[in-house]
Amino acid sequence: MEDPDKKTEVVLLACGSFNPITNMHLRLFELAKDYLHETGKYKVIKGIISPVGDAYKKKGLISANHRVTMAKLATKSSDWVEVDDWESSQSEWLETLKVLRYHHQKLLSPDATNSLQNTVPLTKPGRKRKQEPNRHDPVKKKNQDPDIKSAPQVKLLCGSDMLESFWIPNLWKLEDITEILKSYGLVCISRAGNSIQKLIYESDILWKHKNNIHLVEEWITNDISSTKIRRALRRGQSIRYLVPDVVQAYIEKNNLYSPESEDRNAGVVLAPLQKNTSDSKN
Amino acid sequence: GRYQVTEGIISPVNDDYGKKGLVSARHRIAMAKLALETSDWIRVDPWESEQKKWTETVKVLRHHYNESLRSLQSTKEFTKNKQPIERSTEDSLSYQQPVLPELKLLCGADFLQTFKTPDLWKEEHIKEIVERFGLVCISRAGSDPAKYINESDLLTKFQHNIFLVKEWVQNEISATQIRYALRRGLSVKYLLPDSVIAYIAHHNIYTEASERKNEGDLLQPLKLHKTVNPLND
Repeated sequence: MEDPDKKTEVVLLACGSFNPITNMHLRLFELAKDYLHETGKYKVIKGIISPVGDAYKKKGLISANHRVTMAKLATKSSDWVEVDDWESSQSEWLETLKVLRYHHQKLLSPDATNSLQNTVPLTKPGRKRKQEPNRHDPVKKKNQDPDIKSAPQVKLLCGSDMLESFWIPNLWKLEDITEILKSYGLVCISRAGNSIQKLIYESDILWKHKNNIHLVEEWITNDISSTKIRRALRRGQSIRYLVPDVVQAYIEKNNLYSPESEDRNAGVVLAPLQKNTSDSKN
Repeated sequence: GRYQVTEGIISPVNDDYGKKGLVSARHRIAMAKLALETSDWIRVDPWESEQKKWTETVKVLRHHYNESLRSLQSTKEFTKNKQPIERSTEDSLSYQQPVLPELKLLCGADFLQTFKTPDLWKEEHIKEIVERFGLVCISRAGSDPAKYINESDLLTKFQHNIFLVKEWVQNEISATQIRYALRRGLSVKYLLPDSVIAYIAHHNIYTEASERKNEGDLLQPLKLHKTVNPLND
């Protein structure tokens, strides 16, 4: 039976290049959802994939149009994870914190189509919800449900690489990291649980907010990095079963990844590094 | 540049194998078929699972090899290729070779290690597998199949017929872990094809009870080889 304590509604937001999206990215959502549900304190109502804009200037980053399209194809079969192209359609690169704020505000505003009442999906044909192997609770009408706390939270979903990237000089602003941890929280999926715990221990700021950093151990190793996918494609090797079939077909049809595409932005400074170093000079 | 892979065959083991947690072949075949719906070159073959008893791997190899010969014979290509063709004349017999397909056993690095497990394999079978057919062994960064080969005289002798493929994209999705996740109601989406997940849910295949099946029993090959071995010398 359901736990009578109040549960916090959570939206998981994943930012990144998704260049291309892989099964590993999609797994992050499933692992995070299971983990949060097992605590008994949370109910994950939505997952959002927010591909970064082209202005990020990462080497090998192909056009946002393609990356968003592939992510949408990949999430077609999901009834709770969707793609949002707000970030990618901005003309300038945006800090992750701003994307979190945007989605949090969107969630809270009354006219949002993704409001609490509308999270009963059942729009996809053939979906036997009660036959699902996971034991997520059936969705109730939220506005009448006394078990749900009123304000949903947005949490940043990531792998351990993002957490580790906090230490790269000028990549993140310290005040941004602080606010992300304080006001939103991280759900970090990793295999190297112990070394991540050590990172948290060794950082005052992470330690201070460690209760808002949820570490999820990924027992089934799934190291399908986009870099390796692009490499395999350049070498004419198969990426079947590493990305959803529809994504593989789209990549093949549009011939997206090549030595030329990998050279895009070569020598260009990454947008956050550019921004933070020029800001600090002022 | 020497090979063209024309077919992949998945041959699920017979229920009689007696492995712990092994669910009925009917389901395992059905799931494999669903998973391969989108593949244009890999297929499932139920022959092994339909036999009355567990069948040694070498016999499965022999069966599929004979089948591929039979299908070749029945096509015109076989007669056509009996005529001398425009190929390099290095070896007078070689013009026949491109006609005959080779059948290789595809496996992971762990498989090579099992050759050492006492009573699991017959020595003459291992020899026939590596000499007559050949192995394609996929391994991850970190495992060292070359070492296992080196440690075995037999494997070393036929190492030219053992192809080692390194898998750089680590993807350690073991069926054991999948069953574990399923028993606990955890998501396996994106680890298995959606159609297989739906099938498992619909038939409620993997449970605490299913995992206990064959518990305490010896694997069939161990049972068979134990009766054949030292007692009869």
